[in-house]
Amino acid sequence: MLILITYDVSTTSAEGKKRLQKVSKKCLDYGQRVQNSVFECILDSTQLRQIKYQLENIINKETDSLRFYNLGDKYKSKVEHIGARESYDSEGTLFL
Amino acid sequence: MKKLLNTLFVSTPDVYVSLDGENIVVKKDSESLGRYPLHNLESICIFGYAGISPAFMGACVDRNIAITFITKNGRYLARVIGETRGNVVLRKEQYRISDDERRSALVSRNFIIGKIYNSKWILERATRDYPLRLDVEKIKAVSISLSQSMRAVRTVEELDTLRGVEGNAAVQYNSVFNDLILQQKDHFFFNGRNKRPPLDNVNALLSFTYTLLSNDMKSALEAVGLDAYVGFLHRDRPGRASLALDMMEELRSVYADRFVISLINKKVINHKGFYKKENGAVIMDDDTRKKVITAWQERKQEKIHHPFLDEKISWGLVPYAQALLLARFIRGDLDEYPPFFWK
Repeated sequence: MLILITYDVSTTSAEGKKRLQKVSKKCLDYGQRVQNSVFECILDSTQLRQIKYQLENIINKETDSLRFYNLGDKYKSKVEHIGARESYDSEGTLFL
Repeated sequence: MKKLLNTLFVSTPDVYVSLDGENIVVKKDSESLGRYPLHNLESICIFGYAGISPAFMGACVDRNIAITFITKNGRYLARVIGETRGNVVLRKEQYRISDDERRSALVSRNFIIGKIYNSKWILERATRDYPLRLDVEKIKAVSISLSQSMRAVRTVEELDTLRGVEGNAAVQYNSVFNDLILQQKDHFFFNGRNKRPPLDNVNALLSFTYTLLSNDMKSALEAVGLDAYVGFLHRDRPGRASLALDMMEELRSVYADRFVISLINKKVINHKGFYKKENGAVIMDDDTRKKVITAWQERKQEKIHHPFLDEKISWGLVPYAQALLLARFIRGDLDEYPPFFWK
């Protein structure tokens, strides 16, 4: 299924900047960055729990927030892209 | 059944493949061309002479992702294999069967039954779909003789006899293969199989798709803990994945031949994408190769009904499903190896 992960990490402190780095790096391990703090990940339910758990341990729940949108298996009709930064289809043919 | 994961094909020349966190990063002149998380991939095919980092190889070996190096022309070069894991008991039993000619013959028999059955059904299906465009009588005659071969195979207990029957059936099938090509006949024709190098367009396509299929087969066998290099029908030869070749027999016609025919008949490719070298070898250009691979990937996503498992799976998982069934047979959970029957 396709999971959309977005986050908001408060970067007023040096510590916040560090957390932001960690969160973005962790998300990158699981999916592709489609906008600055928006990630699209093709995951199974185990992987989803894994990343949720890992991200929860990084953020500071007082100041930061995380959102997970589950777009299911038939996500292709649900996502539309306009403008720069084309994404790739992780289930289509990958060719470089 | 496991999920069919994606395959990444790297064909841009002079790139470097490396690891970043859980991602594969493909770089050209220190500029990143693409990055993909590893958990969506099950194999990586690299064409030409790209560089690859040892750390990345290590990560793939850990995650059971197959890395295959193939030359531009589709000739298989090398594969990254990690520590052999899995079931030793299973593998030892596989070796025992392989050492025993008679037992090998009994297993191989089923590979060949699958092969002939599937070839026969391709012909039957063609006569049904295009009764007006084909010489139905000629094809039906071959189909009948394939049925006879199939009956003959059932009682064979010697490898050499089996090879004889199989050879006959292959000659029969090849004799009408050209008839199945309905479009672009001036440039795509089949007058027998030739390889290393392939001398005409159809043979070039066949060789290339067989390489793709054999990679899938090798990875599938290794994924279930079998040794892809120790075969039953194909005997041991250093560097030859005999078991993968054995297992391919039943899939060749339905998986690869039919794929090649549909590429030609649907005009996905055309003769302009092929060129001849001085030694007569026929080679595809980059664009055509890309089209073939894209179509191959799409074919793998298509769903079919697996007759033995009675389950809907994608075509791409058929090699894996068959490897699984072979492992079950070797382990003694099944009385016989059930070949893949397509219809």
